[in-house]
Amino acid sequence: MLSSNNRKEGIRMDGLTVKKISKTYDGKKYALRDVTLSFPEKGILAIIGRNGAGKTTLIRILSTELMPTKGSAMINGIDVIADPVKARNLMAIVPQEARAIPWMNPRQQVLSYLLYRGFPYNEASSRASAALKSLGLEENAKKLSRMLSGGTKRKILVATVLASEAKIIFLDEPTTGLDPISRKELWELLNKLKNDYLIVLTTHYLEEAEYLADKIVIIEDGRLVAEGSMEELRKRAGQEYSVRVMDATNIKLPKGVRASKIEKGYQILTNQKEAFALSNMLMKKKMKFSTNPVSLEDLFYYFAKRSINEDTEESGEGEWH
Amino acid sequence: MALKQRSVFSQILASVLVNAIYAMQNYPIMFINTLLSPISILIVIVFVSHGALIGIGIEGALIMTAVMSGVSIQGDLSHLKNDLKLQDMVVTSPTSAPVYVAGMGLSEIVFSIPVLILLTILAAIYIHPTAIQALTIIAVMALMFLFSTALGFFLSTLTTDVLQSWGFSGIVTVLLSTIPPVYYPITYIPLPFRYIAYISPTTYAAQIAQASMNYIAIDPIALFVDWVIVILVCIVLLVVGYRKARWREP
Repeated sequence: MLSSNNRKEGIRMDGLTVKKISKTYDGKKYALRDVTLSFPEKGILAIIGRNGAGKTTLIRILSTELMPTKGSAMINGIDVIADPVKARNLMAIVPQEARAIPWMNPRQQVLSYLLYRGFPYNEASSRASAALKSLGLEENAKKLSRMLSGGTKRKILVATVLASEAKIIFLDEPTTGLDPISRKELWELLNKLKNDYLIVLTTHYLEEAEYLADKIVIIEDGRLVAEGSMEELRKRAGQEYSVRVMDATNIKLPKGVRASKIEKGYQILTNQKEAFALSNMLMKKKMKFSTNPVSLEDLFYYFAKRSINEDTEESGEGEWH
Repeated sequence: MALKQRSVFSQILASVLVNAIYAMQNYPIMFINTLLSPISILIVIVFVSHGALIGIGIEGALIMTAVMSGVSIQGDLSHLKNDLKLQDMVVTSPTSAPVYVAGMGLSEIVFSIPVLILLTILAAIYIHPTAIQALTIIAVMALMFLFSTALGFFLSTLTTDVLQSWGFSGIVTVLLSTIPPVYYPITYIPLPFRYIAYISPTTYAAQIAQASMNYIAIDPIALFVDWVIVILVCIVLLVVGYRKARWREP
């Protein structure tokens, strides 16, 4: 929903609007450069990028922990930069590397956080119990956190913010260090929650962003290099399919087709028509290959222009068959 | 569901629970830790003076407890911020910086309750203060607590690692309460070194407490100067601490 005044400026009244946010250190080093994005009131926005790309800086600015050098950010019509006190009533964060407090049990952890949010003790207590129950943490509620597994500790932190009244949740690398089963459990939980919350998460696990996010933002060297749903990113890249040719050391490609060397073969990112033609050609030549929709990992490399080294790319000279 | 009114009492209680009650409840060894430093020096002073300095020693232990409580906030804030990231979660919540620091300060007092009870019993037995004398000692303790809390908070903003922070607090505790004449009269220090003792605000605080119980003789102007110095140092550090407070990083 956009109010009439804000509609002109593209500011959402019921979600997140970020306009030209930049952050520099010592006036020279850019952590973020002119990042602009928007997202509706509910759903999951995933921010991906390499280490030091600026993901955490962006999340810290949006969660009012860090001042930007310039730019603006609105959440549900509240100016996060100018009015952080008001914005904090709406939001909660699980920071990167946050740990469940070892000398407290999960119940105490959730309860104390709710008290920090200003809930009266009795209400905080009943909410804490309800949150732990809903996340299946009841049986561990009175065990000291230091005695619990990494996955359970991470769940406690998520339970801590979910027990509150906040509807905008920032999760900075929520599944880092979790085993695959615990990660999957947390994914299922987040998937359920996305109908009720605006969740902004950063992650290094591209399959996590692909699985969970309604919108993906790719940040590289402080710049937003791409944003959109998986479909939108594929379309924007003009590369909807990934053709992987295996066990090939030398391949003569049709003219204009660019391939990147991968382990024991080549990868070609292309559109549907070309992928079909290329598959036919490879089939005729009886080569081992696979054709799949482009994954987020493929798109990430494409947009970040890092892992696909230009020097290793080979352009075909031949004709389509 | 939106909260109609947020309770500042709850926000302060949260810090007391996190940093004192739950810590003591789940790690009882912390009790012994808080008792050990003030009481051990008191015992040494009493033995060495053959009991003559027991009154001054108890006053000194009370002042040291107040200083240690304040200084401890440095390590605790640093640990909760840098290692556990609790402070980041609190920043992005409706709790304000002054409320968080007030809660943490109160938690340090709560943590010291066992030693304060013990010292109060010893004071009642060996010092027998009048109401005014007791109020004077409490006022001095409160000022020392505020001063050391502001100092601890200021130092916590300079440290990025808990080990570094503990290093700082160890040095500060020794410089403020062990080396200065807190457990004994300043006249016990030979003259050239006595001037060094005056660098520490706890020296003035101890003089006020010792004079209030007539353990030392001090002229009214010097006593007035002691009060002014203690109050001024306290105000300066509170202002510095407030200015250095970085709730939202620049």
